[in-house]
Amino acid sequence: MPRKPIRNEKAKNFKSSMLRLFKELESFKYFIVIGLILAVCGSVLSIMSPNRLSDLVNKISDGLKINQDNLELITESIESSMSEDTLKETMPLILNINLNETAINNIMTSSNITNEEKNIFNNFLKNSDANSEEFISSLKDLPVSILNIILPTSTYNGVLISTEEKIELLNIDKENIHISDTLANALLKDIKVGKYNITPSEQAEFINSISSINSENPTEIYAKIDKMPKSVRNALEPVFDMKGIKRIVIFLISIYLLSALFTYIESIIMTLVSNKFANKLRSRIINKINKLPLKYFDKNQTGDTLSRITNDVDTVAQSMNQSLATLVSAITLFVGTIIMMFKTNYIMAITAISASLLGFMLMFKVLSKSQKYFIERQKYLGELNAHIEEIYSGLNVVKAYNGQESANKEFDNLNERVYNANRKSQFLSGLMMPIMNFIGNFGYVAVCIVGALLTMKGNITFGVIVAFMTYVRLFTSPLSQIGQAMTSLQTTAAAGERVFEFLDEEEMSNQDNITKVLDKSKAKGNIEFVNVEFTYDGNKTPTIKNFSAKAKNGQKIAIVGPTGAGKTTMVNLLMKFYEINKGDIIIDGVSTRELKRENIHSLFTMVLQDTWLFDGTIKENIIYNRENIPIEKVKEVCEIVGLDHFIKTLPKGYDSKISESDSVSAGQRQLLTIARGMLEDAPFLILDEATSNVDTRTEELVQEAMDKLTEGRTSFIIAHRLSTIKNADLILVMKDGNIIEQGNHKELMAKNGFYAELYNSQFEL
Amino acid sequence: MFKLLKSLKKEDYFYLFISFILIVLQVWLDLKMPDYMSEITTLVQTEGSKMKDILINGGYMLLCAFASLVCAVITGYFVSNISAVFSRNVRKKLFNKVLDLSTKEVKEFSTSSLITRTTNDITQVQMFIAMGLQMLIKAPITAIWAVSKILNKSWEWSALTAVAVIILLSTVGIILLIVLPRFKIVQKLIDKVNNVTRENLTGIRVIRAFNAEEYQVNKFEKVNDTLTKTQIFNQKAFAVMQPIMYLVMYFLTLFIYIIGIYLIKNSLMADKINIFGDMIVFSSYSMQVIMSFLMLAMIFMILPRANVSANRINEVLDKETSIKNGDVISSKEVGTVEFKKVSFRYPDAEEYLLRDISFKVNKGETIAFIGSTGSGKSSLINLIPRFYDATEGEVLVDGVNVKNYDLNYLYNKIGYVPQKAVMFNDTVENNVTYGDNGKVKTKELVSKAIEISQAKEFVSKMERQEKSLIAQGGTNISGGQKQRLGIARAIAREPEIYIFDDSFSALDYKTDYNLRHELKKYTKEATTIIVAQRIGTIMNADKIIVLDKGKCVGMGTHKELLKKCKLYKQIALSQLSEEELENA
Repeated sequence: MPRKPIRNEKAKNFKSSMLRLFKELESFKYFIVIGLILAVCGSVLSIMSPNRLSDLVNKISDGLKINQDNLELITESIESSMSEDTLKETMPLILNINLNETAINNIMTSSNITNEEKNIFNNFLKNSDANSEEFISSLKDLPVSILNIILPTSTYNGVLISTEEKIELLNIDKENIHISDTLANALLKDIKVGKYNITPSEQAEFINSISSINSENPTEIYAKIDKMPKSVRNALEPVFDMKGIKRIVIFLISIYLLSALFTYIESIIMTLVSNKFANKLRSRIINKINKLPLKYFDKNQTGDTLSRITNDVDTVAQSMNQSLATLVSAITLFVGTIIMMFKTNYIMAITAISASLLGFMLMFKVLSKSQKYFIERQKYLGELNAHIEEIYSGLNVVKAYNGQESANKEFDNLNERVYNANRKSQFLSGLMMPIMNFIGNFGYVAVCIVGALLTMKGNITFGVIVAFMTYVRLFTSPLSQIGQAMTSLQTTAAAGERVFEFLDEEEMSNQDNITKVLDKSKAKGNIEFVNVEFTYDGNKTPTIKNFSAKAKNGQKIAIVGPTGAGKTTMVNLLMKFYEINKGDIIIDGVSTRELKRENIHSLFTMVLQDTWLFDGTIKENIIYNRENIPIEKVKEVCEIVGLDHFIKTLPKGYDSKISESDSVSAGQRQLLTIARGMLEDAPFLILDEATSNVDTRTEELVQEAMDKLTEGRTSFIIAHRLSTIKNADLILVMKDGNIIEQGNHKELMAKNGFYAELYNSQFEL
Repeated sequence: MFKLLKSLKKEDYFYLFISFILIVLQVWLDLKMPDYMSEITTLVQTEGSKMKDILINGGYMLLCAFASLVCAVITGYFVSNISAVFSRNVRKKLFNKVLDLSTKEVKEFSTSSLITRTTNDITQVQMFIAMGLQMLIKAPITAIWAVSKILNKSWEWSALTAVAVIILLSTVGIILLIVLPRFKIVQKLIDKVNNVTRENLTGIRVIRAFNAEEYQVNKFEKVNDTLTKTQIFNQKAFAVMQPIMYLVMYFLTLFIYIIGIYLIKNSLMADKINIFGDMIVFSSYSMQVIMSFLMLAMIFMILPRANVSANRINEVLDKETSIKNGDVISSKEVGTVEFKKVSFRYPDAEEYLLRDISFKVNKGETIAFIGSTGSGKSSLINLIPRFYDATEGEVLVDGVNVKNYDLNYLYNKIGYVPQKAVMFNDTVENNVTYGDNGKVKTKELVSKAIEISQAKEFVSKMERQEKSLIAQGGTNISGGQKQRLGIARAIAREPEIYIFDDSFSALDYKTDYNLRHELKKYTKEATTIIVAQRIGTIMNADKIIVLDKGKCVGMGTHKELLKKCKLYKQIALSQLSEEELENA
């Protein structure tokens, strides 16, 4: 498993990296703009909704209040029926006072009436004038026994009114009205309130219960209302503004749906853009790989390039997908919320913002501190993992050398460090959520208290508070989102930088003006080196200097030397993987400088030491990129190299898959690459002999196959084993990157130089 | 997963218990807050309420919020500590276990898998504990508590919340059901992109030689496009999630209000205000319920991953080491190695890798093993440092069965050099003095060892000579250089017995020769055991054993074997011509 290198998450130059990123995104700009506009729209919509929601709550809370209009209507109607003026007219009629001779006589002669009462009555008759205002009010001072006679049961408006009720009427207390049904019927008329008709007796009930309320507690008032007659209740019942509510609800639903739709479309667009962009970057990288000079790969590790194409491209795509839209919508939300808050109520807005800011200051402090521990943690974890990897992969040596103790000590040391960094970073990062929650609650309370104060003063409605409750939430979340998006953009910039750095690497020299072509089928296979000089980049001294040699077609040139002597340099120059600094290599009379690289490649068949096979069938590996190769031809070359038998034993024959772990041995892999080379009928051959990893008997097979391959070709053979190259026409002896001797076996042995020493050393002990 | 929690100490459980209580307290406080909220709401709503009451309730609510924050901070402190302690302890345990494992078990798991288990898997479980543990306790408590609080308010609201929860969970479920299998595909495709790229990078010379750039690009584009398509599909599916989540939450609030309107309408005047307060409270509780269900859903999303990791860790921890330490710390002879009818096969394999091998080598002698790949050479010498134990027969070192030795004591006798030299990320000097043999390794000894192993030639050219740093895995030096340093390490150990497991393969003939020559001079007393492919390397050994398919098919000196062992001659001839052999 390849270990992810610990990478610097900060870009060297954030701004230029981001600018470059946007430049690269040029072709997607319309999509991105649409996506971002949608993100902004989505945010705007979600800012709009709290206000409407607060309207809804207002409407609902309006539905809690009794119908004031109807209440006034009823009380007015009752009051007008019972006003002094009305009563002045109606009272005598209702009372129907009987003060004629007979009645007076009856009183005076009645034995049931005491003398005292008779005296009071006499006084009353003397003092009062039937037409005066006091007359009726003075009536109530008369004894009941007398009133029984002067106020006999009579009918008024068809209602039979008894003496008792008449007495009651006389005693009505304006402050504490309590009237009976009969009286009400006599005094009051039906009241029409909307569609409800309130009869006099119901009005009486209403009057009676209203008059008994002596508290200001609304709950008690409401409880009394519940006990009132139905018609009154109906009339007083709070009324919802159903039309308005419906309008708000529909509006809200459409806002919600729209904003969901916008978010959805926006994320689809961003998904498409980021993935297409990643796709494009990846194919640009793969194309770039094939355009880079080989020296790049000699200097840079495979793992590094690999991580650019996967990790870095992925990082760029993912964080672009998430953070770009998030950033835009969060900023919109943030700014929009502030505007809306101030628009709604500036005192509340200041309250909400300052309450949140207080919390955010705390949060950023925590955040910056935790960042430090996170970096530390990443660093120590990397060190610990490296140690683990080292010890595990060298476990046998660790054991055989009794290195456990030192391994343990180092491990404990690193483990403890990781533990400490872990503990701290985890703790601090874990604080974010609770702090966010607290900020939210704090803001809520602040908004409620200030809101309540303002509501009581009547400055704002309750709905504003509800709106602000949401604003506080809307306001706090984008801030942390912006923070997150910024860090994620940092990572994007760093990853993007690495990708673009790779894409900007210098490519191989342009060969558009090369027109000469050396046809493969016509090439004879003569090659000449003329004063070749070559220096690797960064080296001061040339690796190959003043090298001249000549080879005719069909000849064998061997390159020998200890490991690391630079034998592959020769291959690099022959194949024009690297360009020579001075001198010339001439193939069939044409300078390689005047030939395209592809042309030169086509003249060579190359079999390398590292057996490069890819995931695919045997057939695919042998045919490789050549087209129209019949299977017979494949079988033929396999027979020549002696692979045919082995391939036939495989379950699927030529269509068997080759993968790392398979039963294909190192020798067979080598044979496969030889077979691949054999399909190519090129005049030149390069063999980088592979022997150190193959056991001796397989080696013989490989050798045989190679010998067949060299037949009739001008071949360059890199050899470890000296016995096989003894018959070479030219032996180039390399040491420390230089060709130090050249000649055939005999000449070199006679020279008694490095070659002779090398040759003899294999027989000594 | 829970098995692993055993690695926590009593005090950690105590902290865990406190955390649990604090979390319960926190949930109680969090759920208490809406009560105050509703109180405040009612107060604000009602005409004639006193400011004092609002302040008191607001104060209480803030107190709750602050207490909840304090609880969360303390819990966070404990839990992050627990998770860090946990990962530290488990990692330590695992590391020790792996150090105890024999080669057999290491092979079973594979080194890279063991590395992942000790690093990634532990981090994975730790993350789960750090984040999941709190959620795991908090979410169900909050859900149940909040549900019980709102249940008696009005069944219509409860039903509505239930519907919202069901819609949310089923959306999440369906999306995951669609996307999860494709995640695995994506992983595979990413691997494929990696593979094709790696293929292109490692085969860059071949590709250019064959002018196959376009072929590679086409191959890559195919995988690239499939990856992009699958990714887009997945992310599109995920894009549905967020809007639906928000829709459900917004609609829930909205419908709670709408239902509230009808409830208020049909209630007695006296209840209206209460219902209104309930409505506001309910909408906040229902959010809590939804959030806690989402939290639970999230746990169930990350739990399987953590569980897989935990199981992988447990697999290693539960593994019995097949190599048991002995207690002998003395020996009868010096510098002898003897195999008595040794046979060996891997415990679960049927085929024997070695059959009936017997030989003895004495102090100061050199014995060599040769044979083709798979002949059992390496398996044979792996029995001496007990990387494996013989299935049958006895392996004696200094006259004592290796199984009876205290391993440290045995290892102090041995200087083992593997084919693939192991380098540590440290200085050249520390790489050479690596390990412990109970003796002090002087500076002189180190330079001597470097000299003998022919490493001086390149070490002296390095920037800081013996103090130069070797990169991890020795990537800054060549294979041959690594082998030489590996040999220097063995020399610095001053062992009785040298074991070279094909450790000269990357050296050229000359260096190979010089090294062996110098070594022989330096360690006349030491016994040398060599496995090699090259005839030249072993030609002059006192005894050569030819192995074929695990059997000894020839034993003797170079000259003897050339005459009597057919296989030996064959091998020799494949490397040197007849005439060269004669000359030797």
